Amino acid sequence: MTKDATYNYLLHLADNALILAQRNSEWCGHGPVLEQDIAITNISLDLIGQSRSLYQYAAELINEGTGAATEDTLAYLRDTRDFKNCLLVEQPNGDWAQTILRQFFFSTYQFFLYQRLQQSGDAHLAAIAEKSLKEVTYHVRWSSEWVIRLGDGTEESRNRLLNALDELWMFTGELFVPSAYESEAFKAGIGVDVSALKANWEQRVNEVFEEATISIVSTSAWMQSGGKEGAHTEHLGFILAEMQYMQRVYPGCEW
Amino acid sequence: MSVQELEQIFLAKIEQEIRIEPKDWMPDAYRKTLIRQISQHAHSEIVGMLPEGNWISRAPSLKRKAILLAKVQDEAGHGLYLYSAAETLGTTREQTINDLHSGKAKYSSIFNYPTLTWADIGAIGWLVDGAAILNQVMLCRTSYGPYARAMVRICKEESFHQRQGFDILMVLSKGTPEQRAMCQDAINRWWWPSLMMFGPHDSESTHSEQSTQWKIKRMSNDELRQKFVDMIAEQVKVLNMTLPDEHLKWNEETKHYDFGGINWTEFWNVVKGNGPCNKQRLDARRKAWDEGAWVREAASAHAAKRKMRQEKQIA
Repeated sequence: MTKDATYNYLLHLADNALILAQRNSEWCGHGPVLEQDIAITNISLDLIGQSRSLYQYAAELINEGTGAATEDTLAYLRDTRDFKNCLLVEQPNGDWAQTILRQFFFSTYQFFLYQRLQQSGDAHLAAIAEKSLKEVTYHVRWSSEWVIRLGDGTEESRNRLLNALDELWMFTGELFVPSAYESEAFKAGIGVDVSALKANWEQRVNEVFEEATISIVSTSAWMQSGGKEGAHTEHLGFILAEMQYMQRVYPGCEW
Repeated sequence: MSVQELEQIFLAKIEQEIRIEPKDWMPDAYRKTLIRQISQHAHSEIVGMLPEGNWISRAPSLKRKAILLAKVQDEAGHGLYLYSAAETLGTTREQTINDLHSGKAKYSSIFNYPTLTWADIGAIGWLVDGAAILNQVMLCRTSYGPYARAMVRICKEESFHQRQGFDILMVLSKGTPEQRAMCQDAINRWWWPSLMMFGPHDSESTHSEQSTQWKIKRMSNDELRQKFVDMIAEQVKVLNMTLPDEHLKWNEETKHYDFGGINWTEFWNVVKGNGPCNKQRLDARRKAWDEGAWVREAASAHAAKRKMRQEKQIA
Protein backbone atom coordinates (compact mmCIF):
# COMPACT_ATOMS: atom_id res chain seq x y z
CA MET A 1 0.00 0.00 0.00
CA THR A 2 1.50 3.33 -1.00
CA LYS A 3 1.19 6.26 1.34
CA ASP A 4 -0.28 8.24 -1.52
CA ALA A 5 -3.19 5.85 -1.85
CA THR A 6 -4.08 6.08 1.86
CA TYR A 7 -3.74 9.85 1.74
CA ASN A 8 -5.96 10.09 -1.34
CA TYR A 9 -8.44 7.70 0.19
CA LEU A 10 -8.70 9.86 3.32
CA LEU A 11 -9.07 12.99 1.23
CA HIS A 12 -11.83 11.37 -0.80
CA LEU A 13 -13.78 10.48 2.35
CA ALA A 14 -13.17 13.92 3.85
CA ASP A 15 -14.07 15.84 0.68
CA ASN A 16 -17.37 13.96 0.40
CA ALA A 17 -18.30 14.99 3.92
CA LEU A 18 -17.11 18.59 3.63
CA ILE A 19 -18.73 19.42 0.30
CA LEU A 20 -22.09 18.01 1.38
CA ALA A 21 -21.79 19.89 4.68
CA GLN A 22 -21.11 23.08 2.76
CA ARG A 23 -24.16 22.51 0.57
CA ASN A 24 -26.45 21.66 3.48
CA SER A 25 -25.29 24.67 5.44
CA GLU A 26 -26.77 26.90 2.73
CA TRP A 27 -30.17 26.02 4.22
CA CYS A 28 -29.31 27.44 7.63
CA GLY A 29 -31.81 30.24 8.26
CA HIS A 30 -33.80 29.41 5.13
CA GLY A 31 -35.42 26.05 5.93
CA PRO A 32 -39.09 25.31 5.23
CA VAL A 33 -39.87 24.97 8.92
CA LEU A 34 -37.82 25.81 11.98
CA GLU A 35 -37.40 22.23 13.26
CA GLN A 36 -36.07 21.10 9.86
CA ASP A 37 -33.80 24.11 9.59
CA ILE A 38 -32.24 22.85 12.81
CA ALA A 39 -32.13 19.24 11.57
CA ILE A 40 -30.37 19.96 8.28
CA THR A 41 -27.90 22.23 10.09
CA ASN A 42 -27.22 19.41 12.50
CA ILE A 43 -26.41 17.04 9.66
CA SER A 44 -24.14 19.68 8.22
CA LEU A 45 -22.35 19.95 11.57
CA ASP A 46 -21.91 16.20 11.82
CA LEU A 47 -20.41 16.12 8.33
CA ILE A 48 -18.01 18.97 9.08
CA GLY A 49 -16.93 17.05 12.16
CA GLN A 50 -16.29 13.92 10.11
CA SER A 51 -14.34 15.83 7.50
CA ARG A 52 -12.19 17.44 10.18
CA SER A 53 -11.22 14.10 11.73
CA LEU A 54 -10.32 12.76 8.30
CA TYR A 55 -8.37 15.83 7.18
CA GLN A 56 -6.48 15.92 10.46
CA TYR A 57 -5.48 12.31 9.99
CA ALA A 58 -4.51 12.91 6.36
CA ALA A 59 -2.40 15.89 7.41
CA GLU A 60 -0.67 13.83 10.05
CA LEU A 61 0.11 11.20 7.46
CA ILE A 62 1.88 13.47 5.00
CA ASN A 63 3.51 15.80 7.50
CA GLU A 64 5.83 13.37 9.24
CA GLY A 65 6.23 15.91 11.97
CA THR A 66 6.75 18.96 9.75
CA GLY A 67 3.33 20.41 10.56
CA ALA A 68 3.03 21.99 7.12
CA ALA A 69 -0.36 20.47 6.27
CA THR A 70 -3.39 21.05 8.48
CA GLU A 71 -7.10 20.38 8.19
CA ASP A 72 -7.41 23.93 6.87
CA THR A 73 -4.68 23.78 4.24
CA LEU A 74 -6.30 20.61 2.93
CA ALA A 75 -9.79 22.10 2.86
CA TYR A 76 -8.93 25.62 1.78
CA LEU A 77 -5.83 25.46 -0.38
CA ARG A 78 -6.53 22.71 -2.86
CA ASP A 79 -8.18 23.53 -6.17
CA THR A 80 -11.03 21.86 -8.05
CA ARG A 81 -8.93 19.19 -9.75
CA ASP A 82 -7.51 18.05 -6.43
CA PHE A 83 -10.88 17.54 -4.75
CA LYS A 84 -11.91 13.90 -4.75
CA ASN A 85 -15.54 14.03 -3.71
CA CYS A 86 -18.15 12.21 -5.73
CA LEU A 87 -20.33 14.30 -8.03
CA LEU A 88 -23.50 13.67 -6.03
CA VAL A 89 -22.52 15.80 -3.04
CA GLU A 90 -21.64 18.89 -5.06
CA GLN A 91 -25.02 19.08 -6.81
CA PRO A 92 -27.04 22.20 -5.94
CA ASN A 93 -29.59 22.10 -3.14
CA GLY A 94 -32.46 22.73 -5.52
CA ASP A 95 -35.72 22.51 -3.62
CA TRP A 96 -36.27 20.58 -0.39
CA ALA A 97 -37.00 17.39 -2.34
CA GLN A 98 -33.66 17.52 -4.10
CA THR A 99 -31.77 18.21 -0.88
CA ILE A 100 -33.59 15.35 0.85
CA LEU A 101 -33.00 12.86 -1.92
CA ARG A 102 -29.33 13.77 -2.23
CA GLN A 103 -28.97 13.26 1.51
CA PHE A 104 -30.85 9.98 1.43
CA PHE A 105 -28.74 8.57 -1.41
CA PHE A 106 -25.50 9.69 0.17
CA SER A 107 -26.27 8.80 3.80
CA THR A 108 -27.43 5.33 2.80
CA TYR A 109 -24.17 4.84 0.93
CA GLN A 110 -22.15 6.27 3.81
CA PHE A 111 -23.96 4.00 6.25
CA PHE A 112 -22.89 0.78 4.52
CA LEU A 113 -19.44 2.22 3.86
CA TYR A 114 -18.74 3.18 7.47
CA GLN A 115 -20.25 -0.06 8.70
CA ARG A 116 -17.49 -1.95 6.90
CA LEU A 117 -14.84 0.66 7.51
CA GLN A 118 -15.17 -0.07 11.21
CA GLN A 119 -13.21 -3.23 10.45
CA SER A 120 -10.46 -1.33 8.67
CA GLY A 121 -6.94 -2.54 9.32
CA ASP A 122 -6.11 1.08 10.10
CA ALA A 123 -7.22 1.55 13.71
CA HIS A 124 -7.45 5.33 13.45
CA LEU A 125 -9.71 5.17 10.41
CA ALA A 126 -11.80 2.42 12.00
CA ALA A 127 -12.35 4.64 15.04
CA ILE A 128 -13.47 7.58 12.88
CA ALA A 129 -15.88 5.26 11.05
CA GLU A 130 -17.30 3.91 14.27
CA LYS A 131 -17.98 7.36 15.68
CA SER A 132 -19.42 8.65 12.39
CA LEU A 133 -21.68 5.66 11.92
CA LYS A 134 -23.79 6.72 14.90
CA GLU A 135 -24.42 10.08 13.25
CA VAL A 136 -25.03 8.61 9.83
CA THR A 137 -27.58 6.17 11.22
CA TYR A 138 -29.64 9.17 12.22
CA HIS A 139 -29.09 10.88 8.83
CA VAL A 140 -30.43 7.79 7.07
CA ARG A 141 -33.48 7.66 9.32
CA TRP A 142 -34.23 11.35 8.97
CA SER A 143 -33.82 11.45 5.20
CA SER A 144 -35.76 8.19 4.70
CA GLU A 145 -38.68 9.62 6.65
CA TRP A 146 -38.65 12.71 4.48
CA VAL A 147 -38.47 10.73 1.22
CA ILE A 148 -41.54 8.82 2.39
CA ARG A 149 -43.34 11.97 3.47
CA LEU A 150 -42.71 13.70 0.16
CA GLY A 151 -43.49 10.67 -2.00
CA ASP A 152 -46.63 9.84 -0.10
CA GLY A 153 -47.65 13.41 0.71
CA THR A 154 -49.32 15.68 -1.83
CA GLU A 155 -49.28 15.53 -5.58
CA GLU A 156 -46.90 18.46 -5.66
CA SER A 157 -44.44 16.92 -3.23
CA ARG A 158 -44.53 13.67 -5.16
CA ASN A 159 -43.81 15.45 -8.45
CA ARG A 160 -40.98 17.37 -6.88
CA LEU A 161 -39.48 14.16 -5.52
CA LEU A 162 -39.72 12.57 -8.96
CA ASN A 163 -38.00 15.59 -10.47
CA ALA A 164 -35.26 15.27 -7.90
CA LEU A 165 -34.86 11.62 -8.81
CA ASP A 166 -34.49 12.66 -12.43
CA GLU A 167 -31.80 15.16 -11.48
CA LEU A 168 -29.80 12.97 -9.14
CA TRP A 169 -30.05 9.37 -10.24
CA MET A 170 -27.23 9.71 -12.76
CA PHE A 171 -24.82 10.65 -9.95
CA THR A 172 -25.44 7.53 -7.87
CA GLY A 173 -23.51 5.07 -10.05
CA GLU A 174 -20.16 6.65 -9.28
CA LEU A 175 -20.50 5.76 -5.61
CA PHE A 176 -20.01 2.07 -6.38
CA VAL A 177 -17.23 2.23 -8.98
CA PRO A 178 -13.91 2.22 -7.15
CA SER A 179 -11.16 4.63 -8.10
CA ALA A 180 -7.56 3.43 -8.18
CA TYR A 181 -6.88 4.61 -4.62
CA GLU A 182 -10.05 2.95 -3.32
CA SER A 183 -9.06 -0.34 -4.90
CA GLU A 184 -5.58 -0.08 -3.47
CA ALA A 185 -6.90 0.81 -0.04
CA PHE A 186 -9.25 -2.15 -0.18
CA LYS A 187 -6.50 -4.55 -1.19
CA ALA A 188 -4.34 -3.30 1.65
CA GLY A 189 -7.12 -4.04 4.14
CA ILE A 190 -7.65 -0.36 4.94
CA GLY A 191 -10.53 0.61 2.69
CA VAL A 192 -13.85 -0.83 1.61
CA ASP A 193 -14.79 -2.46 -1.68
CA VAL A 194 -17.48 0.01 -2.69
CA SER A 195 -18.75 -2.18 -5.51
CA ALA A 196 -19.87 -4.66 -2.87
CA LEU A 197 -22.09 -2.02 -1.21
CA LYS A 198 -24.33 -1.62 -4.21
CA ALA A 199 -26.74 -4.48 -3.50
CA ASN A 200 -27.38 -3.34 0.07
CA TRP A 201 -27.77 0.22 -1.05
CA GLU A 202 -30.28 -0.66 -3.76
CA GLN A 203 -32.27 -2.81 -1.40
CA ARG A 204 -32.56 -0.05 1.15
CA VAL A 205 -33.43 2.53 -1.51
CA ASN A 206 -36.10 0.22 -2.91
CA GLU A 207 -37.63 -0.36 0.52
CA VAL A 208 -37.90 3.34 1.22
CA PHE A 209 -39.13 4.12 -2.28
CA GLU A 210 -41.81 1.48 -1.93
CA GLU A 211 -43.09 3.16 1.20
CA ALA A 212 -42.86 6.48 -0.60
CA THR A 213 -44.96 4.92 -3.40
CA ILE A 214 -42.38 5.73 -6.08
CA SER A 215 -40.03 3.44 -7.96
CA ILE A 216 -36.43 3.50 -9.06
CA VAL A 217 -35.84 4.75 -12.58
CA SER A 218 -34.41 2.43 -15.17
CA THR A 219 -31.13 1.10 -13.81
CA SER A 220 -29.63 1.08 -17.28
CA ALA A 221 -29.64 4.87 -17.39
CA TRP A 222 -26.28 6.51 -18.06
CA MET A 223 -24.22 7.22 -14.96
CA GLN A 224 -21.91 10.21 -14.66
CA SER A 225 -18.54 9.78 -13.04
CA GLY A 226 -15.19 11.46 -12.59
CA GLY A 227 -15.49 13.29 -9.27
CA LYS A 228 -13.29 10.85 -7.40
CA GLU A 229 -10.49 11.61 -9.86
CA GLY A 230 -11.04 15.35 -9.81
CA ALA A 231 -13.19 15.66 -12.94
CA HIS A 232 -16.10 17.54 -11.41
CA THR A 233 -19.26 19.24 -12.53
CA GLU A 234 -19.01 23.01 -12.94
CA HIS A 235 -20.62 23.52 -9.54
CA LEU A 236 -17.56 22.61 -7.50
CA GLY A 237 -15.50 25.58 -8.67
CA PHE A 238 -18.08 27.97 -7.27
CA ILE A 239 -18.41 26.08 -4.01
CA LEU A 240 -14.65 26.34 -3.52
CA ALA A 241 -14.48 29.97 -4.64
CA GLU A 242 -16.90 30.86 -1.88
CA MET A 243 -15.60 28.49 0.76
CA GLN A 244 -11.93 29.33 0.25
CA TYR A 245 -12.40 33.08 -0.21
CA MET A 246 -10.88 34.21 3.09
CA GLN A 247 -7.88 31.89 2.95
CA ARG A 248 -7.16 32.97 -0.60
CA VAL A 249 -7.53 36.72 -0.03
CA TYR A 250 -5.63 36.74 3.27
CA PRO A 251 -3.07 33.96 2.91
CA GLY A 252 -1.21 32.64 5.90
CA CYS A 253 -3.32 34.30 8.61
CA GLU A 254 -4.57 32.87 11.88
CA TRP A 255 -8.33 33.00 12.33
CA MET B 1 -65.10 36.04 41.24
CA SER B 2 -65.24 39.55 39.88
CA VAL B 3 -62.61 40.96 37.58
CA GLN B 4 -61.53 43.32 40.35
CA GLU B 5 -60.95 40.44 42.70
CA LEU B 6 -59.03 38.50 40.04
CA GLU B 7 -56.92 41.52 39.37
CA GLN B 8 -56.20 41.85 43.11
CA ILE B 9 -54.95 38.26 43.20
CA PHE B 10 -52.85 38.84 40.08
CA LEU B 11 -51.24 41.98 41.48
CA ALA B 12 -50.62 40.30 44.81
CA LYS B 13 -48.75 37.52 43.06
CA ILE B 14 -46.63 40.04 41.20
CA GLU B 15 -45.99 41.83 44.47
CA GLN B 16 -44.92 38.60 46.21
CA GLU B 17 -42.69 37.56 43.31
CA ILE B 18 -44.89 34.57 42.48
CA ARG B 19 -44.60 33.70 38.79
CA ILE B 20 -47.68 34.03 36.61
CA GLU B 21 -48.39 30.74 34.82
CA PRO B 22 -50.35 30.10 31.58
CA LYS B 23 -53.55 28.98 33.29
CA ASP B 24 -53.62 31.84 35.80
CA TRP B 25 -55.96 34.74 35.26
CA MET B 26 -54.14 37.78 33.88
CA PRO B 27 -55.25 41.17 32.59
CA ASP B 28 -55.72 41.33 28.84
CA ALA B 29 -53.16 44.07 28.54
CA TYR B 30 -50.57 41.95 30.38
CA ARG B 31 -51.23 39.08 27.98
CA LYS B 32 -51.03 41.37 24.95
CA THR B 33 -47.83 43.00 26.13
CA LEU B 34 -46.22 39.62 26.64
CA ILE B 35 -47.36 38.26 23.29
CA ARG B 36 -45.94 41.36 21.63
CA GLN B 37 -42.66 41.20 23.50
CA ILE B 38 -42.07 37.44 23.34
CA SER B 39 -42.93 37.15 19.67
CA GLN B 40 -40.76 40.17 18.90
CA HIS B 41 -38.00 38.43 20.77
CA ALA B 42 -38.59 35.17 18.86
CA HIS B 43 -38.55 37.00 15.54
CA SER B 44 -35.26 38.65 16.50
CA GLU B 45 -33.71 35.23 17.01
CA ILE B 46 -34.94 34.04 13.63
CA VAL B 47 -34.13 37.16 11.63
CA GLY B 48 -30.85 37.31 13.56
CA MET B 49 -29.83 34.05 11.88
CA LEU B 50 -29.54 35.87 8.55
CA PRO B 51 -26.67 38.33 9.03
CA GLU B 52 -24.52 35.66 10.66
CA GLY B 53 -25.69 32.96 8.28
CA ASN B 54 -24.25 35.21 5.58
CA TRP B 55 -20.75 34.08 6.63
CA ILE B 56 -21.23 30.35 7.16
CA SER B 57 -20.16 29.43 3.64
CA ARG B 58 -17.12 31.73 3.86
CA ALA B 59 -15.91 31.12 7.42
CA PRO B 60 -12.11 31.21 7.30
CA SER B 61 -11.39 27.86 8.96
CA LEU B 62 -13.22 24.60 9.52
CA LYS B 63 -13.26 25.21 13.26
CA ARG B 64 -14.80 28.67 12.82
CA LYS B 65 -17.30 27.28 10.33
CA ALA B 66 -18.45 24.63 12.79
CA ILE B 67 -18.69 27.13 15.66
CA LEU B 68 -20.66 29.62 13.57
CA LEU B 69 -23.01 26.99 12.22
CA ALA B 70 -23.68 25.71 15.73
CA LYS B 71 -24.25 29.25 16.91
CA VAL B 72 -26.78 30.10 14.23
CA GLN B 73 -28.47 26.80 14.95
CA ASP B 74 -28.70 27.81 18.62
CA GLU B 75 -30.53 30.97 17.55
CA ALA B 76 -33.07 28.81 15.73
CA GLY B 77 -33.48 26.82 18.93
CA HIS B 78 -34.04 30.02 20.91
CA GLY B 79 -36.67 31.03 18.39
CA LEU B 80 -38.40 27.70 19.00
CA TYR B 81 -38.47 28.09 22.81
CA LEU B 82 -39.81 31.60 22.45
CA TYR B 83 -42.51 30.74 19.92
CA SER B 84 -43.57 28.01 22.34
CA ALA B 85 -43.62 30.48 25.24
CA ALA B 86 -45.79 32.81 23.13
CA GLU B 87 -48.14 29.91 22.37
CA THR B 88 -48.83 29.44 26.08
CA LEU B 89 -50.55 32.83 25.89
CA GLY B 90 -53.03 31.65 23.29
CA THR B 91 -51.37 32.60 20.02
CA THR B 92 -50.11 30.16 17.38
CA ARG B 93 -46.70 30.06 15.75
CA GLU B 94 -48.25 30.52 12.34
CA GLN B 95 -50.17 33.60 13.45
CA THR B 96 -47.06 35.05 15.03
CA ILE B 97 -44.98 34.40 11.92
CA ASN B 98 -47.65 35.95 9.71
CA ASP B 99 -47.44 39.10 11.81
CA LEU B 100 -43.71 39.24 11.15
CA HIS B 101 -44.17 38.79 7.42
CA SER B 102 -46.92 41.39 7.19
CA GLY B 103 -44.71 43.89 8.98
CA LYS B 104 -47.07 44.15 11.95
CA ALA B 105 -44.62 42.58 14.37
CA LYS B 106 -41.14 44.01 14.83
CA TYR B 107 -37.77 42.43 15.50
CA SER B 108 -34.55 43.89 16.81
CA SER B 109 -33.36 46.60 14.42
CA ILE B 110 -29.75 45.59 14.84
CA PHE B 111 -30.25 42.79 12.33
CA ASN B 112 -31.01 45.31 9.62
CA TYR B 113 -27.32 46.11 9.36
CA PRO B 114 -25.14 44.15 6.91
CA THR B 115 -22.26 41.81 7.80
CA LEU B 116 -19.55 43.01 5.44
CA THR B 117 -16.44 41.27 6.72
CA TRP B 118 -15.53 38.25 8.83
CA ALA B 119 -14.80 40.62 11.74
CA ASP B 120 -18.51 41.47 11.82
CA ILE B 121 -19.16 37.93 13.05
CA GLY B 122 -16.88 38.64 15.99
CA ALA B 123 -18.42 42.06 16.61
CA ILE B 124 -21.94 40.64 16.57
CA GLY B 125 -21.00 37.98 19.10
CA TRP B 126 -19.25 40.42 21.39
CA LEU B 127 -21.41 43.53 21.11
CA VAL B 128 -24.83 42.41 19.90
CA ASP B 129 -25.00 39.23 21.97
CA GLY B 130 -23.37 41.14 24.81
CA ALA B 131 -26.14 43.74 24.74
CA ALA B 132 -28.80 41.08 24.36
CA ILE B 133 -27.49 39.16 27.37
CA LEU B 134 -27.90 42.12 29.72
CA ASN B 135 -31.53 42.33 28.72
CA GLN B 136 -32.00 38.58 28.89
CA VAL B 137 -30.38 38.16 32.29
CA MET B 138 -32.93 40.63 33.59
CA LEU B 139 -35.71 38.66 31.86
CA CYS B 140 -34.73 35.46 33.69
CA ARG B 141 -36.60 37.07 36.60
CA THR B 142 -39.53 38.32 34.56
CA SER B 143 -42.98 37.74 36.07
CA TYR B 144 -44.34 35.36 33.41
CA GLY B 145 -43.13 31.81 34.15
CA PRO B 146 -42.69 30.28 30.66
CA TYR B 147 -40.85 33.38 29.43
CA ALA B 148 -38.53 33.43 32.44
CA ARG B 149 -37.73 29.74 32.08
CA ALA B 150 -37.02 30.07 28.34
CA MET B 151 -34.65 32.91 29.19
CA VAL B 152 -32.65 30.83 31.66
CA ARG B 153 -31.84 28.32 28.93
CA ILE B 154 -31.14 31.02 26.38
CA CYS B 155 -28.80 32.96 28.67
CA LYS B 156 -26.51 29.98 29.16
CA GLU B 157 -25.98 29.66 25.43
CA GLU B 158 -25.75 33.38 24.77
CA SER B 159 -22.89 33.96 27.16
CA PHE B 160 -21.02 31.22 25.33
CA HIS B 161 -21.70 33.03 22.04
CA GLN B 162 -20.39 36.26 23.44
CA ARG B 163 -17.12 34.65 24.44
CA GLN B 164 -16.79 33.10 20.98
CA GLY B 165 -17.35 36.51 19.38
CA PHE B 166 -14.74 38.11 21.59
CA ASP B 167 -12.35 35.29 20.72
CA ILE B 168 -12.75 35.98 16.99
CA LEU B 169 -11.84 39.62 17.57
CA MET B 170 -9.01 38.71 19.91
CA VAL B 171 -7.36 36.62 17.18
CA LEU B 172 -7.85 39.43 14.66
CA SER B 173 -6.45 42.01 17.06
CA LYS B 174 -3.21 40.02 17.29
CA GLY B 175 -3.05 39.40 13.54
CA THR B 176 -1.75 41.24 10.49
CA PRO B 177 -2.35 44.98 9.96
CA GLU B 178 -5.24 44.06 7.64
CA GLN B 179 -6.81 41.88 10.27
CA ARG B 180 -6.48 44.59 12.91
CA ALA B 181 -8.02 47.14 10.56
CA MET B 182 -10.88 44.73 9.84
CA CYS B 183 -11.42 44.34 13.58
CA GLN B 184 -11.49 48.09 14.30
CA ASP B 185 -13.77 48.75 11.33
CA ALA B 186 -16.30 46.18 12.55
CA ILE B 187 -16.28 47.70 16.06
CA ASN B 188 -16.80 51.14 14.55
CA ARG B 189 -19.83 50.03 12.57
CA TRP B 190 -21.49 47.91 15.26
CA TRP B 191 -20.92 50.06 18.34
CA TRP B 192 -23.67 52.63 17.93
CA PRO B 193 -26.34 50.24 16.64
CA SER B 194 -25.55 48.04 19.68
CA LEU B 195 -26.25 50.95 22.02
CA MET B 196 -29.55 51.49 20.22
CA MET B 197 -30.55 47.92 21.04
CA PHE B 198 -31.58 49.01 24.53
CA GLY B 199 -34.32 51.13 23.04
CA PRO B 200 -35.27 54.78 23.44
CA HIS B 201 -34.37 56.83 26.52
CA ASP B 202 -36.55 56.02 29.53
CA SER B 203 -38.37 59.32 29.07
CA GLU B 204 -39.36 58.33 25.52
CA SER B 205 -40.15 54.66 26.05
CA THR B 206 -43.87 53.96 25.56
CA HIS B 207 -44.21 50.49 27.09
CA SER B 208 -41.68 50.77 29.87
CA GLU B 209 -43.70 52.08 32.79
CA GLN B 210 -46.47 49.49 32.72
CA SER B 211 -43.99 46.68 32.03
CA THR B 212 -41.95 47.70 35.05
CA GLN B 213 -45.05 47.75 37.25
CA TRP B 214 -45.92 44.23 36.12
CA LYS B 215 -42.30 43.18 36.66
CA ILE B 216 -42.00 42.05 33.06
CA LYS B 217 -39.11 44.48 32.96
CA ARG B 218 -36.88 45.04 35.95
CA MET B 219 -34.34 47.54 34.76
CA SER B 220 -34.83 50.60 32.57
CA ASN B 221 -33.42 51.00 29.06
CA ASP B 222 -30.94 53.61 30.21
CA GLU B 223 -29.77 51.59 33.21
CA LEU B 224 -29.08 48.57 31.03
CA ARG B 225 -27.36 50.71 28.40
CA GLN B 226 -25.07 52.25 31.00
CA LYS B 227 -24.17 48.81 32.31
CA PHE B 228 -23.28 47.77 28.76
CA VAL B 229 -21.10 50.81 28.11
CA ASP B 230 -19.24 50.27 31.39
CA MET B 231 -18.59 46.65 30.51
CA ILE B 232 -17.51 47.14 26.88
CA ALA B 233 -15.37 50.21 27.56
CA GLU B 234 -13.18 47.97 29.71
CA GLN B 235 -13.19 44.93 27.42
CA VAL B 236 -12.19 46.94 24.35
CA LYS B 237 -8.88 47.73 26.06
CA VAL B 238 -8.03 44.03 26.08
CA LEU B 239 -8.40 44.07 22.30
CA ASN B 240 -6.20 47.15 21.97
CA MET B 241 -9.00 48.71 19.94
CA THR B 242 -11.12 51.81 20.51
CA LEU B 243 -14.80 52.62 20.58
CA PRO B 244 -15.85 55.28 18.06
CA ASP B 245 -16.98 57.87 20.62
CA GLU B 246 -14.85 60.89 21.46
CA HIS B 247 -17.01 61.59 24.50
CA LEU B 248 -16.42 58.22 26.08
CA LYS B 249 -14.73 58.96 29.41
CA TRP B 250 -14.65 57.50 32.90
CA ASN B 251 -16.54 59.68 35.34
CA GLU B 252 -15.02 59.51 38.85
CA GLU B 253 -18.13 61.00 40.46
CA THR B 254 -20.77 58.75 38.95
CA LYS B 255 -18.40 55.76 38.79
CA HIS B 256 -19.65 55.17 35.28
CA TYR B 257 -18.47 55.94 31.76
CA ASP B 258 -19.92 59.04 30.16
CA PHE B 259 -20.69 58.59 26.49
CA GLY B 260 -21.83 60.63 23.50
CA GLY B 261 -25.29 61.15 22.11
CA ILE B 262 -27.05 58.42 20.16
CA ASN B 263 -28.29 59.22 16.67
CA TRP B 264 -32.01 58.75 17.31
CA THR B 265 -32.92 59.82 13.80
CA GLU B 266 -31.05 56.79 12.52
CA PHE B 267 -32.65 54.61 15.18
CA TRP B 268 -36.23 55.57 14.25
CA ASN B 269 -35.41 55.42 10.59
CA VAL B 270 -34.29 51.79 10.87
CA VAL B 271 -37.28 50.93 13.08
CA LYS B 272 -39.55 52.35 10.38
CA GLY B 273 -38.02 50.06 7.79
CA ASN B 274 -35.35 52.21 6.18
CA GLY B 275 -32.26 50.41 7.47
CA PRO B 276 -29.73 49.05 4.99
CA CYS B 277 -31.14 45.50 5.12
CA ASN B 278 -34.75 45.77 6.34
CA LYS B 279 -36.11 44.77 2.97
CA GLN B 280 -33.65 41.93 2.35
CA ARG B 281 -34.21 40.44 5.80
CA LEU B 282 -37.99 40.33 5.51
CA ASP B 283 -37.81 39.17 1.91
CA ALA B 284 -35.54 36.30 2.94
CA ARG B 285 -37.91 35.24 5.73
CA ARG B 286 -40.97 35.46 3.49
CA LYS B 287 -39.21 33.54 0.74
CA ALA B 288 -38.20 30.70 3.09
CA TRP B 289 -41.75 30.53 4.42
CA ASP B 290 -43.49 30.70 1.05
CA GLU B 291 -41.15 28.25 -0.62
CA GLY B 292 -41.56 25.91 2.33
CA ALA B 293 -45.36 25.89 2.07
CA TRP B 294 -45.51 22.77 -0.12
CA VAL B 295 -43.15 20.97 2.27
CA ARG B 296 -45.33 21.72 5.28
CA GLU B 297 -48.43 20.71 3.31
CA ALA B 298 -46.81 17.43 2.28
CA ALA B 299 -45.84 16.69 5.88
CA SER B 300 -49.36 17.20 7.19
CA ALA B 301 -50.95 15.36 4.24
CA HIS B 302 -48.69 12.40 4.92
CA ALA B 303 -49.37 12.51 8.66
CA ALA B 304 -53.11 12.48 7.96
CA LYS B 305 -52.75 9.49 5.62
CA ARG B 306 -50.77 7.57 8.22
CA LYS B 307 -53.28 8.31 10.91
CA MET B 308 -56.13 7.13 8.70
CA ARG B 309 -54.30 3.89 7.91
CA GLN B 310 -53.59 3.24 11.56
CA GLU B 311 -57.22 3.82 12.47
CA LYS B 312 -58.31 1.43 9.75
CA GLN B 313 -55.95 -1.20 11.10
CA ILE B 314 -57.34 -0.85 14.60
CA ALA B 315 -60.90 -1.02 13.28
